[in-house]
Amino acid sequence: MSTATLETDQVTGTPVPQNRGRRRGPRRPLWLTGLMFAGVLGVIAVFLVPLYWLFSSALKPQDQIYTWPLQWIPGQLTLDNFLEAWNSAPFDRFFLNSIITTAVGTFLELTLAILCAYAFVFVEFRFKKIAFVLIIASLMLPGHVTLIVNYITVANLGWLNSYQGIILPGIASAFAMFLLYQYMRTIDKDILQAAEIDGAGHLRRMLAIVVPLSSPMILTATLIVMVSKWNEYVWPLIVTSTADMRTLPIGLLFLRSQEGYSNWGVIMAGAVFVSLPMLILFFLAQKRIIGGLAAGALK
Amino acid sequence: MSIAVRPNTPADPPVPAGADEQGGAMATTATTTPALARPPRRSSPQLRRRRRRDALLFCALIGPNLLAIIVFSYYPALYNIGLSFFDWDFVAPTPEFVGLENYTGLFTSPAFGEVMANTVIFTLVSVLGSIIGGILLGSLLASKLPLTGFAQTMAFAPHMLPGAAVGILWLFMFDPNYGLSRWFFSLFGADSPDWTTTSDWSLWAITIAYTWQRLGFVTVICYTAILDLPKSLYEAAALDGAHGWKLFRHLTLPLLSPITFFLSITGIISAAQAFDIISIMTGGGPGRSSSTLSWMVYDEAFQKFDIGTASAAATVLLVLLLVLTFVQVRIGEKKVNYDS
Repeated sequence: MSTATLETDQVTGTPVPQNRGRRRGPRRPLWLTGLMFAGVLGVIAVFLVPLYWLFSSALKPQDQIYTWPLQWIPGQLTLDNFLEAWNSAPFDRFFLNSIITTAVGTFLELTLAILCAYAFVFVEFRFKKIAFVLIIASLMLPGHVTLIVNYITVANLGWLNSYQGIILPGIASAFAMFLLYQYMRTIDKDILQAAEIDGAGHLRRMLAIVVPLSSPMILTATLIVMVSKWNEYVWPLIVTSTADMRTLPIGLLFLRSQEGYSNWGVIMAGAVFVSLPMLILFFLAQKRIIGGLAAGALK
Repeated sequence: MSIAVRPNTPADPPVPAGADEQGGAMATTATTTPALARPPRRSSPQLRRRRRRDALLFCALIGPNLLAIIVFSYYPALYNIGLSFFDWDFVAPTPEFVGLENYTGLFTSPAFGEVMANTVIFTLVSVLGSIIGGILLGSLLASKLPLTGFAQTMAFAPHMLPGAAVGILWLFMFDPNYGLSRWFFSLFGADSPDWTTTSDWSLWAITIAYTWQRLGFVTVICYTAILDLPKSLYEAAALDGAHGWKLFRHLTLPLLSPITFFLSITGIISAAQAFDIISIMTGGGPGRSSSTLSWMVYDEAFQKFDIGTASAAATVLLVLLLVLTFVQVRIGEKKVNYDS
């Protein structure tokens, strides 16, 4: 897709025949183009304004939040809200807990996913299909149905309010496994056969050939899994019981119940703590994340 | 591991699983390489040994993942059904068997009716809203007007955020005194409703916040699908004089129908499990006005410690979603072409 044709296209408003499907025959009238562009601006507003509101409120002094008419542009910027949020709830612990559970959980889930996908693509086994269906079908089990019994299991293991209790029930991998499986299937089998003839066992072939060749999809899957672990809410809420074991999203609930409706600036600052890492990750790697999620949905 | 044993022929001597991982791999590959050249029908001892080694390796590789899935997905789902026939509070040493009492309790209580109605409204509105919005926005973005790339990024961003953060942001925006809602309604000379504190509005508050978060994801899926539509069809249709709305209505929409179908089923499944936004915005209230089935499961189990009722409600959720998934798979087999 060449940007050059697209740009001339925008200037003249004339559809170029060799373009994508949506560009079709007769020229689009100017009023329609205008209307559509207004639509695009509207879309941006619907999503940008709330996010702007989140960040600007977090940076506003309190008297500029509790005022009418609304103050769209902060008269002065302050970090007081962040300091107050940090002091009124143990956000250092929340951060630490979120980072540990996300990092360890993602590492474990990806490890399981890689091993599993490799087996499905490169190892022969008579009951492969059954195992595959068993794993993929688990995607259809609603997580909410497993809450009560998982709580009982984790309690019986003595893992309530512990890192292993937060992490382990979430490491089973079907979605990331499926993404990796789809990707590994495209790897040229000849390379592996050559390695096999050279005497490389499965472990060598996996670590030295398949993993490096799959690294783009491994990265994509890592990002997607990371985001979902960071955002995980209901399970950490149930399984942790003391403030020092809470993760960031639960910390937000904690902060809200402490500050109530009386201090939106501080609460928004807390929301920024929780959201900013994911937003940064998204803006750095959005092609990868969107591509991976779309591939998972469309295949 | 029982699956691992079956494919082995009984004559094979047992070999420890880990022992032949490395050394054995070298030795057998050396012997099987010539074996590959032979006619494949004859199963030589080497070939059999290789097959058994592969089977063991396969089980070792998928074992951890399969075990995790069985222990934390299948087993709890089944056990949960069992629990729904008992009365328990997490504390009593043994649950008390009560038969179908939990279910009759659910289906005769007006509270459960209200929760089901809330769940249906929340799910229908958010799924319809995000799909209609997603198709329109997706086609708009596919027009390649200026700023469409930026619009796509902005639309998708909320999907990356924790539901807790999205919920709390909307809670602030819905604040009738200092939130954006007051500004929005003042444009029409009206007062903002008390979104999250009155039972008339609370369900709509969580529905709007949830739809806002989901919309970007649906949009991007639709956008990707629209770009993938066969160009030749559009050229042919254009030659026939179809354009604009007609083309969208009679070509794009029907071609997108498998995706729309997929998105509506997966949308229903995730909406029925929406929890974080509800928890942080309304806590299911006021009263039960914004309680959905997934909130009810949590509330009954972890706030009221009525495990029987909670697991019965969870079982209802499971059955509903499994029926939907079954419908999706059956219709999907007929309609959707999965060639990639």
